[in-house]
Amino acid sequence: MATAVAGETDKRTSPLSDAVVVRFAGDSGDGMQLTGGQFTLSSALAGNDFATFPDFPAEIRAPQGTLFGVSAFQINFGSSAIDTAGDAPDVLVAMNPAALKTNVPSLKQGGLIIADEGEFNDRNLAKAKYDANPLDDGSLAKWQLLKLNISQLTMDAVKPFGLGNKEALRCKNMWTLGLALWMFDRDRAPLVDWLNAKFAKAPDLAAANIAALNAGHAYGETAELAGPLKQHHVDPAPAAPGLYRTLTGAEGIALGLVAGAQLAKLPMFFGGYPITPASAILHHLSRLKEYDVTTFQAEDEIAAICSAIGASYGGSLGVTSSSGPGIALKGEAMGLAIMTELPLVIVNSQRGGPSTGLPTKTEQSDLYQAVYGRNGDAPMPVISARSPGDAFECAIEAVRIAVQYMTPVILLTDGYIANAAEPWAVPDLTTYEAFPVEFLTEVPEGGFKPYGRDEKLKRPWVKPGTPGLLHRIGGIEKEIDTGHINYEASNHQAMTDIRKAKIDGIKVPDQIVELGAESGKLAVVGWGSTFGPIHQAVRRKRAEGADVSHIHIRHIWPLPANLGELLKSYDKVIIPEMNTGQLKTVLRDQYLVDAKPVNKVSGQPFTIAEIEAAIEEALA
Amino acid sequence: MNEMTTIARTTTLKDWETDQEVRWCPGCGDYAILKAVQRTMPEIGTAPENTVFISGIGCSSRFPYYMETYGFHTIHGRAPAFATGLKLANPNLDVWIVTGDGDGLSIGGNHTMHLIRRNLDCQIMLFNNEIYGLTKGQYSPTSRVGTTSPSTPYGSVDRPAQPAAFALGAGSRFVARGFDVSKKLPEVLKAAHAHKGAAFIEIFQNCIVYNKDVFEDFAAPKGAEDRQLWLENGEPMLYAKGTKGIALDAEALHLKTVDVVDGDWQAAGVIVHDVTNRSVAHMLVEMRFGEFPMALGVLYDDPRPTFEADVWRQNAAAAEGKTADLQSLLKKGQTWTVTEGGPEL
Repeated sequence: MATAVAGETDKRTSPLSDAVVVRFAGDSGDGMQLTGGQFTLSSALAGNDFATFPDFPAEIRAPQGTLFGVSAFQINFGSSAIDTAGDAPDVLVAMNPAALKTNVPSLKQGGLIIADEGEFNDRNLAKAKYDANPLDDGSLAKWQLLKLNISQLTMDAVKPFGLGNKEALRCKNMWTLGLALWMFDRDRAPLVDWLNAKFAKAPDLAAANIAALNAGHAYGETAELAGPLKQHHVDPAPAAPGLYRTLTGAEGIALGLVAGAQLAKLPMFFGGYPITPASAILHHLSRLKEYDVTTFQAEDEIAAICSAIGASYGGSLGVTSSSGPGIALKGEAMGLAIMTELPLVIVNSQRGGPSTGLPTKTEQSDLYQAVYGRNGDAPMPVISARSPGDAFECAIEAVRIAVQYMTPVILLTDGYIANAAEPWAVPDLTTYEAFPVEFLTEVPEGGFKPYGRDEKLKRPWVKPGTPGLLHRIGGIEKEIDTGHINYEASNHQAMTDIRKAKIDGIKVPDQIVELGAESGKLAVVGWGSTFGPIHQAVRRKRAEGADVSHIHIRHIWPLPANLGELLKSYDKVIIPEMNTGQLKTVLRDQYLVDAKPVNKVSGQPFTIAEIEAAIEEALA
Repeated sequence: MNEMTTIARTTTLKDWETDQEVRWCPGCGDYAILKAVQRTMPEIGTAPENTVFISGIGCSSRFPYYMETYGFHTIHGRAPAFATGLKLANPNLDVWIVTGDGDGLSIGGNHTMHLIRRNLDCQIMLFNNEIYGLTKGQYSPTSRVGTTSPSTPYGSVDRPAQPAAFALGAGSRFVARGFDVSKKLPEVLKAAHAHKGAAFIEIFQNCIVYNKDVFEDFAAPKGAEDRQLWLENGEPMLYAKGTKGIALDAEALHLKTVDVVDGDWQAAGVIVHDVTNRSVAHMLVEMRFGEFPMALGVLYDDPRPTFEADVWRQNAAAAEGKTADLQSLLKKGQTWTVTEGGPEL
């Protein structure tokens, strides 16, 4: 990468020469997520495209200075399209020895380390299991090293405000942010506004933080005269004219669900139970009461989905959300929603598994669970979001399918999408077609059949309270049309066939090719949050002349009708997934294609380079 | 929200019966309870279309299929959670939960507790037969110590849960008891329905196949007056045709039985039942049968604001003065505009 910061040119990554990757790493109490978030905002305001990757420990306050207590935030920003949070950072800000130790191996060769040497004392070095101080022993020679006593510089900057030691040191992250803002030629004014608003009730803290921010910025200006610190300006990325904001996946899903409910003209009921990383959706929705949203924090995951089904039964759009372990608990209730044919949206923010696994790390290993993971023949539509902005669209799509086919729908996202932010062109809602729900309110011609069906095989939706349409539903096999209990062999066969045919018949858009030709030597097929690295890798390989295409599947179940033929038009198909090959299994089963897996199950997203290597290997 | 409305309707018992064949074992106590409920509904004066019966899994949970109302036969133990979602979606519905000792206190004990704690306005009829009937006779969380069953061939060793005590401990504002063939069961059901909030009714139910006559010691007609204490608000706690009563041992702080001579219950210190006295309610639910008669009827009734009313009130307050303009919500927070000339704040 050719930036003034790294000071060297890497031809391999030349298409990204106008992009920079910065990683802020510190103790989980150092405020790195906040620093990263505000730096992201400044990138947005500077007109850069960007993608972020927050990476934090499962512990809320891990013991200070420890290796497992390190919290990091990576941002990739640039003047051309950015699809991933970046492979290797150009700049690493390390607030203590543990942050340096855990993050420096991924730093680009020749990259810049900014380390707070004030924290590199014997105690912290021991906690990070360093025998000698790496800032002094030459072990960091392949990188550029800038040692600053950020702790002391911050203390000096905030001295006039009379804060205690602990409070003063809390301003460290703002000092660091000030330095970063200077490095990338950013405006400080929005940050000053933000700090004033955040500490409106504590003007002293606002002033101290602003002083730290300004001091960090001023330090950059002074230090430019000597040493490795250089200012680097990244031009705005070309973007379609319009209004933009930053959007995380959790926000995208919450807003998309509200939009979906409005398009369906339904009140929304959200039943949730706290779990990482899905809770953010509950938090967002609980503040949107004026949009006819009721949120309910249930006593457990099972009650969360059951309450949502109860609300759907009552005529609301029932929604529940969780992550892998919670989704496992909801399995039986999903079966009931399938049996009673009630609309429901189930959001799964996937995380590392099995069991508790890696709560704060990302993975795509719940695809089998979504497609197959219930007792009985229990078909259910599955949709997967590729990015925060796409999560908005997918949530609307999930609502549409749920109400138009009277079925539960699973929406898959993951920890990476949930927490990552990207710039989002605010959509114009008037361009979305409404799909208002029509409840059955009177006995239709030919009599009322609770399990009668329309051309889509959808049964009627009747709200309790409607005179003349009284009926009973439940989890025991239903008799065709009447919905009465029926144990007969032929009826069970017929109802199983109907449930399958209904889901198979859901109209999903034909699969498009994201990049490249509709036939050729190699297709790289992905789903979910692997979109970014796959897209960049395919783009780079195509720039080098390789015959490779990128296909990204949104509708996991039912699959697009043209997908089988499309896959067969390539000599080879590879499927990168953050699991051991789950979509691969489904596609091999459905189409008998010789799809080859490319797997990574480390709790970290794919790097572009890893996908490039897989493409090279497949084409070799 | 709209004012909660009660839809009244004149009905007869027949209006509450479905055309479905009732499939409990001949002689099952559930038949009597079903009839009692169907008999009670016209007296309550509510409308079938506004009534929803929600059940879990077990013999008792077949109940909704036999009521000509809306009905939802859900999954094992979770009926309270479905009821909560339904009632939050539409607080005007009259919701009845039908559960059993296994469904409501074993697999679904957690949900029963939270439904009661939150005080959702509904009636919870817990059919207690002290056995798992539908799965063919295993001991249940209310089975007495020593119950022999297919899963406890040498007798159960764990102590049983006490449903009424459990409900009160969970914060219940209404606790009542009745039994399947009792003529007074409709009165108990009516009182439960009249209570705004979660009304918990333990109904002793005879499982004719797997736990026959386990309640005969107090439910048998012969000698019933000596073994049943039917509580009436404002009335002294008398039984055995007024010759015995319940009094408070003020020093030891527990209840005791006393003899009443010549009907002078005041001289004997018999307590007057006050359904709003929570301390006495705690003692009543703990009264051991044998030493005491079985306390039946409304043990405790002291309403508090309901969960769904509070949720709707809070939703309305939070929404007040705000417009549901989703387009402006999408634009909320720090935004920037990209023009041909580049971004600007």
